[in-house]
Amino acid sequence: MCGIAGLIHKNKTVNIGQELQDMLQALKHRGPDSTGFALYGEGHDDNFIMRFKVGENVKEGSSAVNEGSEIYDSRKAQVDKCLIELGAEVVSEEQITPYSFKYVLKYDEDLMEFSKKIESVEMTEILSIGKSLELVKDIGDAGVVSEQYGLNKIKGTHGIGHTRMATESGVDIRSAHPFWGYPFSDVSVVHNGQLTNYWNNRRALENKGMRFMSECDSELIAVYLAEKMRKGISLEEGMRDSLSELDGVFTYLVATKDSLGMAKDTMAAKPMVLYESDDLIALGSEEIAIRTLLPQEIDTYDPYDGEVKVWQI
Amino acid sequence: MADLKKGSKADTMGLHSEALKGRTQQVFFDSEAAENFYYYGAYDVDFNKRIEVDAQDLTCRQLNENLHSLMNEGYGTVVVKNPAGKHSLGVGILNKLNLIFEGSLGYFGVGSIDGPTVRITGRVGWSCAENMLAGKVVIEKNAGSCFGAAIRGGDLICKGSVGARTGIDMKGGTIIIGGDAGAFTGFMMQRGRIIILGDAGANLGDSMYDGTMFIGGSIKSLGSDAVEAELTKDDISWLKRKLKVAEIGSNFDVSKMTKVVSGKKLWNYDALEPTERKGAI
Repeated sequence: MCGIAGLIHKNKTVNIGQELQDMLQALKHRGPDSTGFALYGEGHDDNFIMRFKVGENVKEGSSAVNEGSEIYDSRKAQVDKCLIELGAEVVSEEQITPYSFKYVLKYDEDLMEFSKKIESVEMTEILSIGKSLELVKDIGDAGVVSEQYGLNKIKGTHGIGHTRMATESGVDIRSAHPFWGYPFSDVSVVHNGQLTNYWNNRRALENKGMRFMSECDSELIAVYLAEKMRKGISLEEGMRDSLSELDGVFTYLVATKDSLGMAKDTMAAKPMVLYESDDLIALGSEEIAIRTLLPQEIDTYDPYDGEVKVWQI
Repeated sequence: MADLKKGSKADTMGLHSEALKGRTQQVFFDSEAAENFYYYGAYDVDFNKRIEVDAQDLTCRQLNENLHSLMNEGYGTVVVKNPAGKHSLGVGILNKLNLIFEGSLGYFGVGSIDGPTVRITGRVGWSCAENMLAGKVVIEKNAGSCFGAAIRGGDLICKGSVGARTGIDMKGGTIIIGGDAGAFTGFMMQRGRIIILGDAGANLGDSMYDGTMFIGGSIKSLGSDAVEAELTKDDISWLKRKLKVAEIGSNFDVSKMTKVVSGKKLWNYDALEPTERKGAI
């Protein structure tokens, strides 16, 4: 089933981590397997924030293979070596869990080559690179993941999130949402639904040099949109193309450094409730997610079939 | 069922040994039978006996059990405050009751009801009033998808706009929408009527095989099996009366509405009892 949520504050910085945590916790019943956040914080003007993992969470319910912490340390050392070879300067680093890290970097070259190099280290995946994006996903509900990563302290303007009920792929971090729009900085995607032409599109995109880290069909949307943008197509235009080029039932949210968008397939088979005001846009698979922000009576509606909307901060 | 004749191809192949005739379901509703009007848990309520319930800290189950307890105590008017978009509130009420929700409901609100009059001052999520049998439900704001899915009777009114697949699989009753309706409205509808004062989305009436829809605005596209039909004087008269009773669209010119019906005829449909075929609407 899965639940997705997003919010964007216009011209205002709030405790975005806490707000998105509350929205996702209200949607826990739609997917208890894993939870993910793409938070657009105050960020760094010059430096990139890179979130990456060198292994998987192997707690109860996970389908990942158990590995020792010495293996994680070894992979982290290999990543550090790659960064030196790439000419990236590590401004600060933070180890969140035995397998998960946050680095602040100075780097001015091509992000695709950068990512390929880092991800050549076994089991290593860049979850996100961005000037303001911080993408975190792990096994557990929103409260568990948020506490584990200290997300309720992150301030920002907007974010998207996902509670996952694993269906066609494993319960692990690599299959959890959001997905980073590799190789573009600050692009993330969450999705509710199923894509039925996943393999055809994946093979075509892989032939164009795009990378897939999981076998989760939702990852296709992120890669698909990234490939569109790589060709110079705008995000909104790419989203509109997706309505006819991606087959299946879907509602998805996309976020960039300064915008948030949603698209709903032509069957309108997956839910989305939308609240819009001059200051705040809030979206959720169910209204109860929005109610965590706005307990008073509000006007909400369901976007229609084939609808694409993009909001700017 | 098929009337397979001796000497037919199927018969010569030995596929069938008996000729099947008539309908398989021979038990019909007996309007004289008292048991058809009795439900376990039916309550004798007084509409003048009124109470307010705050749902803020109640779970769905707690509130629904509370409603039954109140009906058991004779309360005929119940006002529920702070429903806050919770799911499955007010379901399974098989009784007369004046039920008012001051706020919005989540999914599957007031489903499978038979008899109550419900007013919801906010919005409703997906599948509101699913499988409703009788009664009246009025929603003051918008509704999500699958509004009135599989209803069999009663009046279901949304003063705002509704999502996709409104009236999917409906088997009777009337759905009235003050605003627009999404894609696949009337999908697979079998009986009943849908009135939309605004625009209708794509594939209106797709795979419908009976029932009637009246559209006040534009129609994005008709689904397979749906066709436009002539609006009769009886239709106009009925529409005026229905909108008046529903307290919606008082100045709406119903004579300009587009009528949509099924363009296909089901196999064996003429053999159905006329009362059964038309009774639901």
